[in-house]
Amino acid sequence: MSDVTTDNALSAGEPPVVETPFQRFRAEFFESRIATAALGVFGAIVLLAVLAPWITPQNPYDLAQVSVMDGRLPPGSEAFDGYTMWLGSDGSGRDLYSAILYGLRISLTVGLASGVIALLIGMAIGLVAAYAGGRIEAIIMRIVDLQLSFPASLVALMMVAALGKGVDKIILALVIAQWAYYARTVRATALVERGKEYVEAAQCLGISRFRIVFRHILPNCMAPLIVVGTVQTASAISLEATLSFLGVGLPQTEPSIGVLIANGFEYMLSGRYWISVFPGVALLLTVVSINLVGDHLRDVLNPRLKK
Amino acid sequence: MSRVLEVSGLKTHFFTHAGVVKAVDGVDFTVSKGEIMGLVGESGSGKSITGFSILGLIDPPGRIVEGSIRFNGEEIANAKEERLQNLRGNRISMIFQDPMMTLNPVLRVDTQMIEAILAHEPVSKQTAWERSRDALGLVGIPSPEERLRAYPHQLSGGMRQRVAIATAFLNKPDLIIADEPTTALDVTIQAQIIHEAQKLTKKTGTAMIWITHDLAVVAGLAERISVMYAGRIVEQGGIDDVIDRPLHPYTVGLLGSVPTANRRGQRLFQIEGMTPNMLALPEGCAFGPRCHARTDACGLQPSIEDIDGRSLRCFNPQRAAEAVT
Repeated sequence: MSDVTTDNALSAGEPPVVETPFQRFRAEFFESRIATAALGVFGAIVLLAVLAPWITPQNPYDLAQVSVMDGRLPPGSEAFDGYTMWLGSDGSGRDLYSAILYGLRISLTVGLASGVIALLIGMAIGLVAAYAGGRIEAIIMRIVDLQLSFPASLVALMMVAALGKGVDKIILALVIAQWAYYARTVRATALVERGKEYVEAAQCLGISRFRIVFRHILPNCMAPLIVVGTVQTASAISLEATLSFLGVGLPQTEPSIGVLIANGFEYMLSGRYWISVFPGVALLLTVVSINLVGDHLRDVLNPRLKK
Repeated sequence: MSRVLEVSGLKTHFFTHAGVVKAVDGVDFTVSKGEIMGLVGESGSGKSITGFSILGLIDPPGRIVEGSIRFNGEEIANAKEERLQNLRGNRISMIFQDPMMTLNPVLRVDTQMIEAILAHEPVSKQTAWERSRDALGLVGIPSPEERLRAYPHQLSGGMRQRVAIATAFLNKPDLIIADEPTTALDVTIQAQIIHEAQKLTKKTGTAMIWITHDLAVVAGLAERISVMYAGRIVEQGGIDDVIDRPLHPYTVGLLGSVPTANRRGQRLFQIEGMTPNMLALPEGCAFGPRCHARTDACGLQPSIEDIDGRSLRCFNPQRAAEAVT
C-alpha cells in the first residue's frame, strides 16, 4: 500500500475561479428581484434622509422657517415663502416633504444606532453565556427569558417613561428592549458551533480560548446575527415611531415619523388625510423594505436552503 | 530509540446518569521517536478516547481516573490546562477523521495555519506564512501559495486532509495522533495520504499514533500495532507478528473477516454477536461471550502477559489461532 506515490494528483476538480463566501453570498442575494428592489428602496430612503438638508425647501426644526400661516395646506399648495408643498403641510405649517425626510433621519439614526449597540451587547452576552456554561449561562438566559416574556414595546415604553424624552434616551430604551433577542440568537448558534469539530481541532492546535471564541466561533455565528439584526432594526424603527406616536418618544420640536403621524391623526376624520398618511407611507416603505431584505438574507444565509 | 510517549494503566471513565462508562480501562503502550503505532479497534472500543486523553481534551462527565501519560518523561495526565495548551499543536498534534469538518469554514487556509504557528511561537506573520507555504508543499499540494488563499470549501477532501496534515506538522511536533485520518477518503487518496504521512514521519522523526479500524491501512503503515477491545488493549506487538500470526481470538477474528483474493468463494470468518454495551460489560474477559476459543477460564479477567514477543490478554492463544486457519 505504501508504495503508491502520486504527489500532484489532487489538483483536478478545483473551481476555476476562486470565489470568497462573500462573493457567493452577493451573487445569491441579487438573484431575487424583490430583495434587490427592496434594497434599492431602502438605499434610496437612506440617501434621501442623508441629503435632506440640501434637497428640502424648508428646515422643519428651524422655527423661523416654519409659518403657521401655511398650516394644513393640501398637497400641491404654494407655501407663503413661494415653494410648492407637494405633500401638503401639517398643523404647525411644516412642509410635509421636508418634515418626512428630516423625520426619517431621526428614525433611521435611532433604528440603526440602537440596532448596532443592541447587537454588540447581545452578542457579547450571548457568547459569554454559551462559552461559560453552567451557572453563569443559566442566570443570563433566565434574564433573557424573563425579558422576552414581555413585549418589546412594553419594555421600551417603561424605559422611556423612566428615562425621559430625547434621541439618546430613546436609543438607550430600544437597546434595553432588544439586546435579549441578539443574546438568545448568538447563544443558540454558538452552542451549535462549539460542538463542531473545527473547534476541537482548534483546541488541539493549542489556540487560546479567547481566540477560539472570537476568531473561530463568532464568525460562524454571523449569518443568523445579520438576519436578526436587520429584522430587529426594522422593528426598532417602528418601535420608535410607536413611542413617538404615543407621545413619550421624541419632542414635538424635533418631529420623527411617529410624531408626524400622531400630529396628523386628529385631522384624519376631517379629510386632511395627508398629514398622517404620507409619513405613514414613508415609515411603511422603510420597515417593509428592511424586512424584505432581512427575509431574503435569511433564505440566502440558511444552510438548510443552500443549493 | 528514545521513548516519546509512555502510557501506563490509563483509565478514562465517563460518569453518566446511566452509570460509569469505562471507555478506556487500563491501557499501556509506548511510542518511540519516529515510530508509527497502529491503534486498532471497532467503533466504541476506546481508541479515540485514548487519543483525546493524551491531549487532555476529555470533557466532563469524563475524566482520567487513573494511570500515567509520560510525554518525553514529563507526566501530563491531568496536567495544568496552560501546560497542555502549550503542548497541543506544538509538541503533540492531532489529525481528525473528517477533513470537511475540522477546518473552520469561514477562515481562509492561511489564516488558520498562521494562527497555529503564532499560538506557539513569536515569529512574524511573514515567517509564519512562509512556513505554512513550505508545509503545504511538503504534503504534496501543488501551487501552495494559491491554496493558502483558498477557503476550505474550495478544496477537495483529499486536499483538505493534506492541509490538516500540514497543519499538524507545522510546529514539528514530537507526536502526532491521527484519528482515522483516511476513513473519510476514497482508496486512492487514502494511499496517497498514508504515503505522505509515512514520508513526513521519516523525515522529521515525529512519532505517530494512527488510530483506525482498518487493518489493511495499519498493515502497510505501522511498525507496531495495538488492538483494543472494550477499553482494553488485547494484543500488542510488531506488525508482522500480529498480522501474520494473531494470537488473540479477537485479532484472529478481525483478520479472518477481511476478504482476501486467495480465499475466494469461501465464507468469511465472522465474529459472533455485537460489541458489548459499555455500561454492562460481561464478567471476566470482555470478549468472552463472542469468542470462538472460549473456555471456563474466561469467566475471569485475563491480565496482559508478554507471550512470544508481544503482549496478550488471553488465556487460550493456541486455541484461538487454530480455530480459523
